[in-house]
Amino acid sequence: MDKIVEMIGIDKGFPGVQALKDAELELRKGEVHALMGENGAGKSTLMKVLSGIYKKDAGEILIRGKPEEPVGPREAQALGIGIIHQELSLMNDLSAAQNIFIGREPRRSLGRIDDAEMNRQAAELFAAMHLDLDPAVLVGELTIAKQQMIEIAKALSFDSEILVMDEPTAALNDAEIADLFVIINDLKAKGHGIIYISHKMDELKRIADRVTIMRDGQYVGTVDAKETPVGQIIAMMVGREVNHDPLVVPDLSEFPVALEVRGLTRGKEIRDVSFDLRKGEVLGFAGLMGAGRTEVARAIFGADPLDSGEILVAGEPTKISTPYDAVKAGIGYLSEDRKRYGLAVTMDVAANTVMPNLERFTSSTGVLNVGEIDAATSEMVDKLKIRTPSIHQEVRLLSGGNQQKIVVGKWLLRDCDIFIFDEPTRGIDVGAKAEIYKLIEDLTARGKAVIMISSELPEVMRLSHRILVMCEGRVTGILPGGEETNQEDIMTLATQRETTQQNAGNIQ
Amino acid sequence: MTASVDVKKEGGFLAGLIKSGAHQKLLAFASLIMLLIGFSLGSPNFMQMSNMIAILQATSVIGVLAIGVTLIIITGGIDLSIGTMMTFCAVICGVFLTYWGLPLPIGVLAGIGAGAFCGFCSGTFVAKMKIPPFIATLGMMLILKGLSLVISGTRPIYFNDTPGFDKISRGSLIGDVIPGFPIPNGVLILFLVAIGTAYVLSKTVLGRYTYALGSNEEAVRLSGVNADRWKIAIYTFAGSICGVAGVLIASRLNSAQPALGLGYELEAIAAVVIGGTSLAGGRGTILGTLIGALIMSVLTNGLRVMSVAQEWQTVATGAIIILAVYADMSRKK
Repeated sequence: MDKIVEMIGIDKGFPGVQALKDAELELRKGEVHALMGENGAGKSTLMKVLSGIYKKDAGEILIRGKPEEPVGPREAQALGIGIIHQELSLMNDLSAAQNIFIGREPRRSLGRIDDAEMNRQAAELFAAMHLDLDPAVLVGELTIAKQQMIEIAKALSFDSEILVMDEPTAALNDAEIADLFVIINDLKAKGHGIIYISHKMDELKRIADRVTIMRDGQYVGTVDAKETPVGQIIAMMVGREVNHDPLVVPDLSEFPVALEVRGLTRGKEIRDVSFDLRKGEVLGFAGLMGAGRTEVARAIFGADPLDSGEILVAGEPTKISTPYDAVKAGIGYLSEDRKRYGLAVTMDVAANTVMPNLERFTSSTGVLNVGEIDAATSEMVDKLKIRTPSIHQEVRLLSGGNQQKIVVGKWLLRDCDIFIFDEPTRGIDVGAKAEIYKLIEDLTARGKAVIMISSELPEVMRLSHRILVMCEGRVTGILPGGEETNQEDIMTLATQRETTQQNAGNIQ
Repeated sequence: MTASVDVKKEGGFLAGLIKSGAHQKLLAFASLIMLLIGFSLGSPNFMQMSNMIAILQATSVIGVLAIGVTLIIITGGIDLSIGTMMTFCAVICGVFLTYWGLPLPIGVLAGIGAGAFCGFCSGTFVAKMKIPPFIATLGMMLILKGLSLVISGTRPIYFNDTPGFDKISRGSLIGDVIPGFPIPNGVLILFLVAIGTAYVLSKTVLGRYTYALGSNEEAVRLSGVNADRWKIAIYTFAGSICGVAGVLIASRLNSAQPALGLGYELEAIAAVVIGGTSLAGGRGTILGTLIGALIMSVLTNGLRVMSVAQEWQTVATGAIIILAVYADMSRKK
């Protein structure tokens, strides 16, 4: 067996957090090697070290037996390492071929681009992948699945022998996943080595040869994918007994309804969404990427417009057309993308914490009461155990988990009645995650109503009293929380498409 | 660790003003001192009381304008209309005082009010109609230039019938109290506007939202803040500061010159940029802007005292802008 990648004893630290400590990975030729671990276990960081985006602090990387240190994506490409990121990085207004050959277009005399040659080469790549695709089609017009294929074609065009795929199936339906696996098996047969990051256990069994498990930035072990029981892999990932108490779903039938939503509709994104939410309840929103969960949340919050639909807060019909209206009605929304939507990162902890609440800390003449702001912020920092050198530290210098806690803190301080958490634990470590869960439980215990959107099913199941499942903008079902529901039930509803045939790939 | 812009840190307001300056403005301040030393060595006429006062007087109008546009730039916007807006305000002042013969305070308030109204319009275009600030204020620049010419019939309006109007800029309250220290009122007003605006920026909710909008407008909006309304308020406030500049320049020339104004906006923006305020928004201080404006006046004055030709003065100013921003960016790396 030829080892094409060996990473040994890799350390990588960031201010305030040791992201990798003695991490390891070994990839052989013609192998699909799954890399597993909880969010924040260091999988992506390790891949960024491999692809030269991050510089390792210590350790050794051997590519085909030779020590190498890629110092940037270009060097990594030259070493034959190609990465297909979870968030695709294609330019929607360029054609498939233009995307693949960006920066190295075939030229004719006087620097003119040879489009015919470029399209021919792209068509060749697609043919090698048994992919039926017109190289001249604009990328923006393709499905996510097809775009992903283009990313793979692009990686292959660099003669990448080593391919890293970061959650490639997150946005794909079953037929598309089957297509992708055909291509992966084909690449494998041709001798490529593939590092495959995924959270889906069933995929692991279908596609992977070996699994390396990471936890808290450390190497836990490498096992055979087919022969190792799933339970053992999970135990290695979690590294401890799953020690939270089983979710007890309280009887909320006597509790008043905090939020009622009737017939929300906007184009194809939100289609006739109705549900209600009681005080003290956690309503989980499950579904695949692009199912419309965030769209519904943003529409309820007034961040995006609606074509039609009705929102009742505490039984009262409420017109919400801006976030300003929503906050006045007692709704707080914690965005999935905290840097873009949640925080003013060049401002300090205090400024961000009181942002939704400034009028409470302002005199009638508009002068800020700095003493009260600082006191309230300090209290929140203590309460949420936010680790920051000072409440006047700029937020961008804090870790993801602590940033997320500041977003939570600003809505806690506002004292909303209805909290919408959109992917509250994305990109934060295991410890901070548990603290966020605890916080959500405390909120509902105090009679607050919570909507929690999460792409991680265990997280949805761990917290939700009821689980609303969406697919293609529709509510496909509302399931009871607790023991009665399992992951398969949710996945069945989450993939209940109307348009399966249309979206299926056309592999020749 | 990057220097912080927050003036709102612990300690008193003045301490905050000085502290933020100490962190962020060290470079600009050092350049200013070096220019002063350099020119005093270059010419014995430079470091004279009368020349220093001339420099300050020359800074007053541009300085006030630059303070106004600093607010807009911190929100992540830009205002190209401040030059012609200043002229428009001067013309309105002239209409009230000379055409209609109204009392002096009313004329002054009308000039400042005209600025506030123009700012309100720009703010509405930007916040409500979502027109990019560059375009919205480019439009305003031309509208106001045209209106100034229309209202005045393209002729200067003189304030000869309003005794005391020229004292607003040219008189010296300080000189009356402390003889031998004839700081012109225009300079006094510049510093009052600077202190007032710095206070608003660091201590009030308006100032807080000015930084917050520049840092992340979407986060502000999603915090349930009526971001549009605050943005309009900021543009209105900045417009009223332009109105002050309009009154100042009218007083200094004892006339409203309708053809004047174009070009002032770029000079003011240059002062802001030299002062270390980021065109990307979210960061900036009034003290920095003040130092930036002084650097430009000192440079112009110093080169003139050393008998450098006018054309070369312009070249030097351009070079200084590029150097200042480059130095600022290298420091932040």
